[in-house]
Formats: sequence, C-alpha cells, structure tokens
Amino acid sequence: MELFRNVNVDWLGKKWYFLGFSMIFSVAGIISMSMHWAQTGSPVPLGVDFRGGTQVQVQFNQAPDLDKIRAAMSASGIHDAHIQPIRNVDQAQSNDVLISLPEQTNESALDAGREQIMDALRSHYDATLGTKNVRNVQVVGPTVGRQLERQAGLATLYSMAGMLVYLWFRFQLIYGVAAVVACFHDTLITVGAFALTNQEISLTVIAAILTLVGYSMNDTIVVFDRIRENLRLTRREPLPDLVNRSINQTLSRTVLTSGLTFLTVLSLYVFGGQVLRGFSFALVIGILIGTYSSIAVAAPMLVAWQERRTGQGKAVSLPAARRSRV
Amino acid sequence: MKKNLNGRIALIVAVLVIFIYGIFGVPSGLSGKALLAGITQRIHLGLDLRGGAHLILQVHVLEAVSQETDDTAAAIQQALKAGNLSFSQVIKPDPNRPQVIQVQGIAPTHTSDVRSLLDSKFSNEYDIAGGSDNSLTLTMKPAFEKALEDKTDQQAIETIRDRVDTLGVSEPEIAPYGLGDNQILVELPGIEDLDRVKSLIQETARLEIHPVVGGPFPDEQAALASVGGNLPPDQELLHGSGAMASGSDADSVYVLQRVPVVAGSDFRSADPSTNPNTGQRIVNFTLTNEAGDKFYEYTSQNVGRSMAVVLGNRVREVANIKSAIRDRGEIEGSFSQDEVEILSKMLRTGALPASLSYLEDRTVGASLGADSIKEGVTAAVVGVLLVMAFMLVYYRGSGVNADLALFLNLVILLGFMGFSGATLTLPGIAGVILTIGMGVDSNVLIFERIREEIRAGKAASAAVDQGFAHAWTTIFDTHVTTIVSAAILFLFGTGPVKGFAITLTFGLAANLFTAVYVSRVIFEAHLNHLKPGEMVSI
Repeated sequence: MELFRNVNVDWLGKKWYFLGFSMIFSVAGIISMSMHWAQTGSPVPLGVDFRGGTQVQVQFNQAPDLDKIRAAMSASGIHDAHIQPIRNVDQAQSNDVLISLPEQTNESALDAGREQIMDALRSHYDATLGTKNVRNVQVVGPTVGRQLERQAGLATLYSMAGMLVYLWFRFQLIYGVAAVVACFHDTLITVGAFALTNQEISLTVIAAILTLVGYSMNDTIVVFDRIRENLRLTRREPLPDLVNRSINQTLSRTVLTSGLTFLTVLSLYVFGGQVLRGFSFALVIGILIGTYSSIAVAAPMLVAWQERRTGQGKAVSLPAARRSRV
Repeated sequence: MKKNLNGRIALIVAVLVIFIYGIFGVPSGLSGKALLAGITQRIHLGLDLRGGAHLILQVHVLEAVSQETDDTAAAIQQALKAGNLSFSQVIKPDPNRPQVIQVQGIAPTHTSDVRSLLDSKFSNEYDIAGGSDNSLTLTMKPAFEKALEDKTDQQAIETIRDRVDTLGVSEPEIAPYGLGDNQILVELPGIEDLDRVKSLIQETARLEIHPVVGGPFPDEQAALASVGGNLPPDQELLHGSGAMASGSDADSVYVLQRVPVVAGSDFRSADPSTNPNTGQRIVNFTLTNEAGDKFYEYTSQNVGRSMAVVLGNRVREVANIKSAIRDRGEIEGSFSQDEVEILSKMLRTGALPASLSYLEDRTVGASLGADSIKEGVTAAVVGVLLVMAFMLVYYRGSGVNADLALFLNLVILLGFMGFSGATLTLPGIAGVILTIGMGVDSNVLIFERIREEIRAGKAASAAVDQGFAHAWTTIFDTHVTTIVSAAILFLFGTGPVKGFAITLTFGLAANLFTAVYVSRVIFEAHLNHLKPGEMVSI
C-alpha cells in the first residue's frame, strides 16, 4: 500500500495561502492571549506551578454541586477560592473538583490553606469527607513559583539557541534561522491554543512544548536534508522548483511519521487520564502544526531569503553545507 | 550472496535476554503475579504514580548564625571579665544582621588590651574593627558564615531523617535541594496522614534556660514599663506561665536575658517521670560536662535570682535558684502528656538547629496514583497496537520487521530503567509513548528510501543497502536534536518532568540500535531467503 506515489504539488506557489492560514491562527492566538492578559495579568492561564498558592483536588462521593461548594467556602471565610470542575475527555463532569486559593505572600500562611479548605468542606458541605477524598494537593510558595517560571523560560531559550547552533554547524546559518522561526511560529500557535481553550499551563505542559520544539526541528531537518542533497546533485534548477521537488519527495515520509506520532499522542489524550491532559493537548496541536510549519514556513523562508539575495529566479547559489556527506 | 548472520543474531538475542533481566530480574515463576512482582521490584515508581508527599523546606539559617553570635557574645563577656577589662555591654546592635557583635564602653586606656585579647581568641572567625566611640565591632567572616550555614543545613537534614525514621516510612528521601539556597527536599512515599508528619518535622521544641530579669507581668505593656519603656537589645519578652512561681496558670509576660545559660544540645538527655510526692509530671534532665560547668558557675553566682525554662519559645517554668546546680536536675511544670513525649522525642533526636518553613508541598493521593498508572499503561498499549497495526498494513512484510524492532526498543528502554534505577513517573510513561511514535519514524525513513530505490530499478539487496546508507544521517540528526531538548528538560525540570526526559532519551538511544542495526539484520535474513529475482516485501 502506498499513499504518495507520484506527488507533484507546487508548495511554494501556495505560500500566500499558507501565510494567510498561519496569520489567522497566530492572530487568533495573540488576541486571545491579550484578552486574557487584560483580564488576569498573564497571557495564558497559569497552573499553580507558576502562580503559586494552594490547589486541592477533592473527589466527592457524589456529583459535586459547585454553587454549594462556593457557598461552603464563603461560609468559612474563604472568599477568594477558585473552583473548577474536572471534566473527563468526553466533556462529562467527573466527581473531582479543583479548589484553588491564590498566592500568599507570607510563606508560613501557605500551609494552612489545605486544612482550611477541608475544614470548610467538612463543616458546610459533607461531614464525611476525609483524607481519602483528597486526591492531589499542590502548595507552591511565591519564591518557588518564581524560580520555576524563570527556569521554564531559560529552558525554552536554551533549547532554541541549541537548535540554532546545531543547524548552523550541520547546514548553514540561514537554515538555522528558518528552522527557529518555524519553531517559534509553532510555539506561538500552541500557546495561543491554550489561551483560546482556557487551559492551564503547568510544568508538564512546558515539557510538552519543549518536546514539540525538538519534534518540529526533526521534521524541518528532514526537508532540509533532502534540499541539501538535491542541491549537490543539480545546480541548474531554479531554487523554488528544487525545493518543491524536495518537499514532494519527502512528503510521504513526513506525513507518515507525523501521522504515527500523532496516533500515539492522540491515544495519550484520549486514554491517558486527566493529569496528563494539558501535556497531551500541547503535543496533539504541536505535532500537527510542527509538520505544517516545515513545509509552509521554513521552506518558503529559505527561498525568500535566497531570492532577495540574488534577484529574481536565477540559478541557485545557496551553497550546500561544507561537510555534507551521503 | 548469502551473508553469515549468526554472530549478529546472537548479539541481538543476548541484548534481548540482558534487558529482559533488567525488567524482571530473575522471576520466581512465570505466572502473571510473579512477573508483576519482578517488575515492581526493579522499576521504581515516582511519587505521582505511587502516592506520597513531596515537600520543600526552607532552613532559616540566620537563626543558627544568631545563636553562634549569642554564644560568642557570652564568651567575650567572660573573657573580658576574666582579664579585668571593663566595658559597658556586649550587644548585637542590628537585629537584622545577627553576624555583627559590638563591645561598647571600653575604657580608653584598655582599648589595645581588649583588642589584642579579642584578636587572640576570635580573629579566626571574625573581622575585628575599631569604632569611634570606645567600641569594637566584630563581624563574622563570610567564609565562616557559609561554613556555619552548610553545617546547619546538614544538621537539619540529619534531624529530619531521624524524625522521619520514627514514622516507619519506607524509602523516604531527604536531600539538599536547589542551588545553595538552604532548601531541603523531603519525599515520603505512601504517607496518609500528612499533617502529623509536617508538624513532627517542623517542631523546633528547643529547650532553653534563661536568666529572668523581671516578671511575671500581666501583659507586654507592663513588662516594657518595668524597663523604662525601651527593651535593651540583650533582653527579650516571652509569654508563658511559670505556674509554680505565680501559683496560677494565667498567661504572663516575662522579661528574660536573650542569651540562654544552657540550651538545646547542652542537654544530654531528658526523661519524663512523675514526682512521687506531688504527682506532677516532671522531666529529669542531664547536661553535658561542659554545659554542667557553665551551669554550675551561673547558678552559684546567682543564688536567690530566678531562671526560666523555655520550651518552643514559651516560658514553661520559673524557678528560684536555691543553690548551685551542676549537671543534673528536674523541670517540674504543668506539662501535658503529649508535651512531655514531644519534649523527650525532640531531645532524643536532637533539636533542629534552626526553624523550618514549607516552600512547596505536592501530595498525590494513592488513589490518583493508581488511576494514573492504569490510564498511562492503557494509553501506551493502545498506542503501540495502533502503530504496529499500521506498519503491518502499510509495509506488509517489512512491517513485521518494524514491529519486531519496536518491541525490542521497548524492552531495551524498560530494561534501562530497571538497570539504572531511574524513577518512572507519569510523564515518563508519556515519554515511552512518544518514543514509540518517534522511534518508528526511523523505520519509515529507511523503508521509504528503499521503496524509492526499488522504483528506480535497483535489485533487492542494493535497494536495502542504499536505503540504510542514505537514511543514517537524517536518523542521527533527528535523534540528536530531540535528545538535546530532552537533556535541557532534564537539567531544568523537576521530578516528574525529569522522568519524561529520561525515558525519552533512553528510548531514542535504544532506537538508534534497534531501527538501524536490528532492522538491518532482519532484512539481511529476509534477503538470504529470497529466491533470485524476488523482491523484498515492502
């Protein structure tokens, strides 16, 4: 069985469509993030890892009544609790609820939060709730929260810088820049998706984003490898045609790999449970966009840079890398 | 031309056996139960799969520094008195900077004597500088302060370990955390009642005996009034109930000397018992020899004055000094049974050198952990089956090749986890799933290339050769870039994220072996069995 036997699509000719498509999603993401920023002071919903504060996941014995829970909190003097139900993957409500208290500046007050919440629930909602109903607790102090934020930011930066250097070494600078721009585009759209669907960004989500940076690089490298190989073999072909041919040649491999990885990540999203949901969502979006960006962002950028350097459509002078080998 | 593959096949089988051992150890039998027991012994589960508490504590090292300078201040006073050098007071002028001690009111004629005395005794740990107003300032040297802070951290870790041991938690982990910010990580798997544990760890129950300046007063204002409205820097106000002295249990305020006579580690032991005459609960204590000497000197010089027993920053008993006490005594007071037990436990395991506060607490209930395992494994199994099925349909005979390589890849990955003792977390399971998807990528790369070569007209074995040759560079590039981002994740991530980085890295490294070497061997074996002119099934 073979899906892509003789593909001959003019990818570069469609670059304005691609640009439009990317712009729509990027702008949608940016608007969503700006609105969120205006409302809450951060561009995306932040998980407790970064926000700091107390978050308790309580599994109730029956379907929880959110309004009654909120009333129970207020009755005990907790007025700034944030109550969020946890939904299963089919959007049905489970018996679990996430109750969060905002960040405390005084670190010693951090600890009392969990007991306060449980006491409030026990006195005003259901007296039978015990330690067994507490499924997960996360208490993060402001110092730690800031540390983690900084670490996540640094990790992302180092990752991209590392990729750039590696590609510079193996190919040429312009290849590296094109790949990094594609990665940036992918990250922006993925994070925008979180803002759009109002999902929290936690540490594991950052891990997913870093992984998809690596994955998007992979994909871009495959195309670049083929371009480089073809450049060495033919020196008379106009660059856009050569790039098109390279993409067409690698298309079946690209779609298959992404498809297979996408299958496994989809399995994770559907079956992997609520703890990993944000993580698998990031990967699902990221893999689709990562594949798309190698063809629609990285390749056109390469060609556009070359065309600006040598005028219009002349023979290729984009040199292959110094140490290419078969 | 048939190739001799026996050596290579033997190698692959050996690898398989070795890594299966890594996963299961030597199982007691072949039943499902025995195998499961084997796995759980070899592969460590993270807290998010097992359930348990993950705590980060901050050690307030400045308190230990403050204690050290308190001791030094007392030693200075003793030394100056012994040398008959007069001074008005030895204090710590700035409560926010406990590293600084000042000797004030030195007689001008004695300044150089005082200076040389202090130099001889304290210049190793302190920088000594002269001040304008007949005073000398000692500032703790930064190197010494750092050494003190490190020692405090170490002591805190050991004390916490002792206390956690008394709880009987299996495989607790207590270690320094972070980059030199005096933070401690405590991981307690399987803990159910977290509140009790947290208060046990944090309890500072430091037993001290301070000289009493004045009291009992009904409240802080009255206490302040007695010292003229301004509390001198070497005194402090403490609440408590010196029941024996005032005859009532009401909360009163005392004015005490800040520097205790004996404290904390000066006590060698403390045992609870009851006074046979009054039936009151008492604590019998013994001091170390050195502390005993100090105590004897103090009590013999202060007969008739009062001293207060302070526990956990509250006055517990105020006693009149009737005669000199050396190293044995008893504290009688209105202690509850709990308090007496805690006191003994604290004194047995040693007091914390400084107080602790919690920076972070992540506790996963055991039920969520079990759910996570189930869900993670289901997702993994579904993922593997989907991929394997697709490869069979799309690549036919070669699909079997890819599936075998994938299977071996997983065995090596899990075997690595077993051998290295690395911890499997929930994101780690996600890493395994991702490895499956990305690993089979290598096979796709090679197979597509082989198909291309066959389309271009090459013979079977030549096509296979070319397929592997061309694909190797790309496989290597893509694996290295992903491993690099996994390495960065490992450096910057916390526990669960580290688990993800580990499984992804191991998985991709194993994939370099299985997708290239093992796949190649399987192809060669297939080629050996082809009739002339027959093509590989791909």
